[in-house]
Amino acid sequence: MQEKHLLGLEHYPAEDIVSIIDTAFSFREVLDRPIKKVPSLQGKTIVNLFFENSTRTRISFELAQKRLSADTVNFSASSSSLKKGESFKDTVQNIEAMKIDAVVMRHPDPGASLHLTKYVDAVVINAGDGTHEHPTQAILDMTSLQERFGKVKGLRIGIIGDIMYSRVARSNIYGLKKLGAEVILCGPTTLIPPHIDSLGVRVTHDLDEVLDWADAINVLRIQLERMDRGLFPSVREYRNLFGITSERLKKHKKEIVIMHPGPMNRGIEIDSSVADGKEAIILDQVLNGVASRMAILYLLLGGKPENN
Amino acid sequence: MTKKQTILLDATAISRTIARLSHEILERNNNPDNLALIGIQTRGEPLSKRIHSQISEFSGTEIVLGSLDITFHRDDFRDRLVVPQVKGTDIPFTIDDKIVVLVDDVLFTGRTIRAAIDALNAFGRPKAIQLAVLVDRGHREMPIRADFVGKNIPTHEGEHVAVRLKEVDNKDAVLLLKYDQAK
Amino acid sequence: MNLKKLPKKLVLQGGTILDPLSGRSKKGNVVIERNKIKSVGSTGGAKGETKIDCSGLVITHGFCDVHVHFREPGREDKETLQTGSRAALAGGFTRVCVMPNTSPPLDTPESIRFIVEKAEECPVHIHPIGAVTKGQKGQELTEVQGIISEGAVALSDDGLPISDAQVMRLALEYTSMFDKPVINHAEDECLRNNGLMHEGEISTRLGLAGNPSLAEAIMIQRDLELANMIQAKLHVPHVSSAGGAANIRRMKKLNPNITAEVTPHHLFFNDQALLEYNTNFKVAPPIRTEDDRKELIKAVKDGTFDCIATDHAPHTIDEKEATFESAPFGMIGLESCFGAVNKVLDMPLKELLKLLTVNPRRVMGFEEDLFKIGCAAELTILDPAQEWIYKEQNIYSKSRNTPFIGEKLKGKVRYTISKGTIADLN
Repeated sequence: MQEKHLLGLEHYPAEDIVSIIDTAFSFREVLDRPIKKVPSLQGKTIVNLFFENSTRTRISFELAQKRLSADTVNFSASSSSLKKGESFKDTVQNIEAMKIDAVVMRHPDPGASLHLTKYVDAVVINAGDGTHEHPTQAILDMTSLQERFGKVKGLRIGIIGDIMYSRVARSNIYGLKKLGAEVILCGPTTLIPPHIDSLGVRVTHDLDEVLDWADAINVLRIQLERMDRGLFPSVREYRNLFGITSERLKKHKKEIVIMHPGPMNRGIEIDSSVADGKEAIILDQVLNGVASRMAILYLLLGGKPENN
Repeated sequence: MTKKQTILLDATAISRTIARLSHEILERNNNPDNLALIGIQTRGEPLSKRIHSQISEFSGTEIVLGSLDITFHRDDFRDRLVVPQVKGTDIPFTIDDKIVVLVDDVLFTGRTIRAAIDALNAFGRPKAIQLAVLVDRGHREMPIRADFVGKNIPTHEGEHVAVRLKEVDNKDAVLLLKYDQAK
Repeated sequence: MNLKKLPKKLVLQGGTILDPLSGRSKKGNVVIERNKIKSVGSTGGAKGETKIDCSGLVITHGFCDVHVHFREPGREDKETLQTGSRAALAGGFTRVCVMPNTSPPLDTPESIRFIVEKAEECPVHIHPIGAVTKGQKGQELTEVQGIISEGAVALSDDGLPISDAQVMRLALEYTSMFDKPVINHAEDECLRNNGLMHEGEISTRLGLAGNPSLAEAIMIQRDLELANMIQAKLHVPHVSSAGGAANIRRMKKLNPNITAEVTPHHLFFNDQALLEYNTNFKVAPPIRTEDDRKELIKAVKDGTFDCIATDHAPHTIDEKEATFESAPFGMIGLESCFGAVNKVLDMPLKELLKLLTVNPRRVMGFEEDLFKIGCAAELTILDPAQEWIYKEQNIYSKSRNTPFIGEKLKGKVRYTISKGTIADLN
């Protein structure tokens, strides 16, 4: 691996993304064993530093760590001294002083994981930094695509919904482009960030155009609080324009693989009949999440540069 | 570094050795129905297949066959590899109460076998584990011994034993490689 | 930097005397006696007197910065009038105007008097700017007459834009009775959308909330229209966008009372600099694109901007070591100002010096002729050609928050003479 940390996919080498995905499939096999644990990271200590609530990502990481036999400590903002006015720097330096090998961090501020690398020697893995990146989610999404299609290169992927505030969208765009997929974004004009086309993607506001074109769509969660800020007027209107419903899908002959990073707003951005339908790989994504995170931890913590 | 190589076993010698190993395994375990062969990736896997077909031929019994990748169980990965070449594990049967014969090409320090025994724990609790190797070259670092040895080849410092198999290397041979430390 | 009391008589010998008021320059000596200008332009050696060899150097007016934050009262851990004065001297500044966003804000005649009295002991001239509205809340006007009579030179709510156009109108109208400028941080707070940096490709990539150029240009235009209607004195601070500059250029033709400033950092950097989330680049208004930067430079050269102001805004290391989102806005800028603008503007020195001396003095109504015989000595001696790397040891502010550290600058202040003190920066 060329990079010490995994902060985002924008500058991450494509060949290392491929290595992670390949290794993730090896861990998928481990996860099928009666005893789903290997001793690869025995003696390594990993801190899960969550400044923002995220049950799913944290559990997925924790499970990945336990299955690699690493020792883990969980630290969440609600239990931390941050509320007592301690600075970010003091908090992380305190944790680092306890001799740890890696930090998995979720933080509400963009750039927080890069910021963390300035204060700790440990390996930093970004589990989501504000509206910036969520690289492990994108890698598990690509692992799931690879599993389903046998490749990522050349696939046509639509990302539907709130692109503006989505770290999942950004990391997916970077990762998919690096592996040679085509990406189209679709959502309300108010939730498409300015100059997003500079990342090499197309933008449309016509969902049917995407459904005609795409091999798979990644349906993003719509944060209902965006409504209060006037970014879209109502759930009904959002569903009419961008909701993935069975009726909508039926209009298109081709079958499209459905992904969602969770948690889903059933009946809003995605209908239950679609989420539970045979083209949905949403639960595979969850399993691949554990396998991908095992691969990431294993490759970043287990290896060191070969000398000969 | 320069390298000199001597052929220790040729293709004929290898197939003779495999046949002998297969007989020894059958002699030692008189109930083949309870046997399982598991080849350790990379070259233990084709070896185990060859032994498997010999045993079928000799005994008329189709014993179960699997393969084991021990990459995630190694204790020396941290020092060796940048990205490990994982070949995958395939054990499509339960190993509980079976006599598992692990198959590998070369027995050297014993660390691979230790990792393999460790990895097998994830699949169940075998009645016994036995070890069959094509070559034992000595220099053990663990209290591990093979039950079935094709050929003992005591080696010195600077020597390395390389097994080549058709399935992986397009030819069958066991080579002794000598490295001269060139200044 | 070595600070000394001026000797009874000091000869600045053999320099190029550049008078930014007349635009003329000549070789010769400047003689200071009892802290006042005794003669300008004499030649020949001086015997038995204290002298400074100025050969190869330019002797000019002391610089004036109409926009600094010295954090007193309230945040003396970041800066005080004394430490800010040292930063000013290091940058060649002999006169500065401090903004009222202190704690408490400078929104009463008493608070203005506090600054004026404390400033007397400082080695540079410090003029307070009073708040336009009580508590900088943008609602009720302060006691403008009282504030001005105690020594305020302008009125501003500083970083807090006056959002209510009616309040802004009243402020301009009321203040026009006293012939002092109103300075409004020109950003539409709604359109700004809690932006942390310029809205554009970079903000999208970084996932940081964007502050569009139009948030500034719209507010500048509103203020310009109001000032034009009243023919009031309006000073537009730290213009960051091409659109803002264009609006000023156009409206200046209609209202001669409009003045505007630009900062060294908006002239020097573009938003690419933020790619590593360096909080020292977090300023308000934000550093914008390369196109904006080029337009700002054009606007300096065509006279759209009257002066350069640093918006020297000290913050503690602890505050700036936070994430980009939680770090405060602002950077220090007095010490690096001349080397930065001289490098990036690449214009005739006499024109550049106007932007740092005569023009800001005119905005604030200060004496413009500093080479007048008998005038209290406020001089800066500099080497315009010297190239140097700006380092932490060049900082005299109490704070260190500047991205100029490590930048190659051109032109260095060597001596600053102000209020009977000479600062030796060699």
